[in-house]
Amino acid sequence: MILSEQKPLEDILGYLEGEKTVFILGCNGCAQSSGSGGPVQVEEMKKKLEEAGFTVTGTKVIDFLCEKALVKSGLRGKIDQVAAADSILVMTCGIGVQAVAASVNKVCHPACNTINLGGSRGEWQGSERCNECGQCLLDYTGGICPLTACTKSLVSGACGGASEGKCEISPDHDCGWELIYNRLKAKNQLDKLSALIDALDHNKLMARPEMLDTSRYALEQSDQEVG
Amino acid sequence: MSLKSKLESGKFAITCEVGPLKGTDITEVEENATLLRDKVDAANITDQQSSVMRLGSLITAYIVLQKGLEPIYQCVCRDRNRIALQSDLLSAWVLGIKNVLSITGDLPQLGDHPEAKPVYDLDSVTLLRAIKGLNDGHDMNGNELRGKPDFYAGAVVKVDSDTDASMELQIAKLEKKVAAGAKFIQTQAVYSADSFARFMKRIEKLNVPVLAGVIPLKSAGMAKYMNRSVSGVMVPDDLIQKMTDAEDKKATGIKLCADLIKQLKPLCQGVHIMAIGWEKNVPQIIQEAGL
Ligand code: SF4
Ligand code: SF4
Repeated sequence: MILSEQKPLEDILGYLEGEKTVFILGCNGCAQSSGSGGPVQVEEMKKKLEEAGFTVTGTKVIDFLCEKALVKSGLRGKIDQVAAADSILVMTCGIGVQAVAASVNKVCHPACNTINLGGSRGEWQGSERCNECGQCLLDYTGGICPLTACTKSLVSGACGGASEGKCEISPDHDCGWELIYNRLKAKNQLDKLSALIDALDHNKLMARPEMLDTSRYALEQSDQEVG
Repeated sequence: MSLKSKLESGKFAITCEVGPLKGTDITEVEENATLLRDKVDAANITDQQSSVMRLGSLITAYIVLQKGLEPIYQCVCRDRNRIALQSDLLSAWVLGIKNVLSITGDLPQLGDHPEAKPVYDLDSVTLLRAIKGLNDGHDMNGNELRGKPDFYAGAVVKVDSDTDASMELQIAKLEKKVAAGAKFIQTQAVYSADSFARFMKRIEKLNVPVLAGVIPLKSAGMAKYMNRSVSGVMVPDDLIQKMTDAEDKKATGIKLCADLIKQLKPLCQGVHIMAIGWEKNVPQIIQEAGL
């Protein structure tokens, strides 16, 4: 699940400045559940752009815009409408926009901002978040991730900034280290607090080169464009 | 006598703060250094304090040193990764700077460049370990140094916390800081000798010199502001009332601070006076406190 939200209309109109015709692409995946680029939002956007004087040559909502194979097959029946447009407005996350821009020989405008969910992937539903750091510290922290629960991703314990259990970033945000403390206390594991943990290895926080070279990626790398 | 010799010989030490300003004008820094050099043992040179961009702490520490005042180079983890931090530490040693204070640092969102990328590659504890490594002649990855420093490293702690969790976390982290190589401790501003005494009792077994932090009050408004906005600062109501009633706010602020130092002195190994713009009054505070 990737979370996105629509950009303000004036930003979108700014991107479209100097153009007359536009094709709108939505996504039935995360953008639909985010309420930023599903069928409903695509229809609303069509009306807004027409009110603003644009000709919308066509619209299409595709299941997962992050999958180039689906982008290409989904646009097959719409090639004329895409060709007639000055640009495509893509109403989904940054990955989807990049996938469309790589698949279609057209200017592609993003209609959404991708919100950082702190590393969630897949069918995740709960409040736990993981940054995929490759050096899991949960054993020391009562099963609460210090990278995502603490605003500074501190591994050595709390900074001095918390007030009444809230992080210095906002009175609405729990101090992750106080949550960790309370959990460790409840589990009778307070001795874990004295572990000297090494500074994070940021090399492990990045995707490994071999991960970028799987057969799945190779399939995605097809150069063929439609439209 | 250096700060290190003073604390190691068990004498009561006095430190204060010299904060770099925003811009290239160093007149005030030089004036304050000259004024304070014979009055205090060392001065902390703050590093982009409160995440507000200013002249650097490294160069300011050097300027202060040139003026004859021993600097404590504050090193914040917010703005530099481990390559830059270690490199700046080597530079500091080459410039003659011997004391360093390891701090995690406020979030950028609290300062005047809230859009800045927070680094926190290291934190106050892992930075202390890095300093210890440099002192031992190697970098964080064990690579040997050609010429090594011998820093006197310190750390900070918050004395007053508003939750049990926060209090226990501060103490647990302080223990880690000492284990990681902190040789002296300066505290966040204290306003109650009673709570400071309780805190000192808690950390007795650590056996590390502690300099109690004090901030002279300039007004009742300042006290209320700090109570509201500065984590760990708790000015009691009676002090606020005294500031409200005071006709001469400056004289009263100085006297209250001096009185507090007198109460704290038997409990610790030094005092750290954070004057926040009132540097010129520090000599008077010291005098009234009978130091
Ligand atoms: S410590 Fe690392 S691997 Fe473990 S939950 Fe946090 S980010 Fe994920
Ligand atoms: S206040 Fe708590 S959550 Fe926020 S940065 Fe400090 S330790 Fe992390």
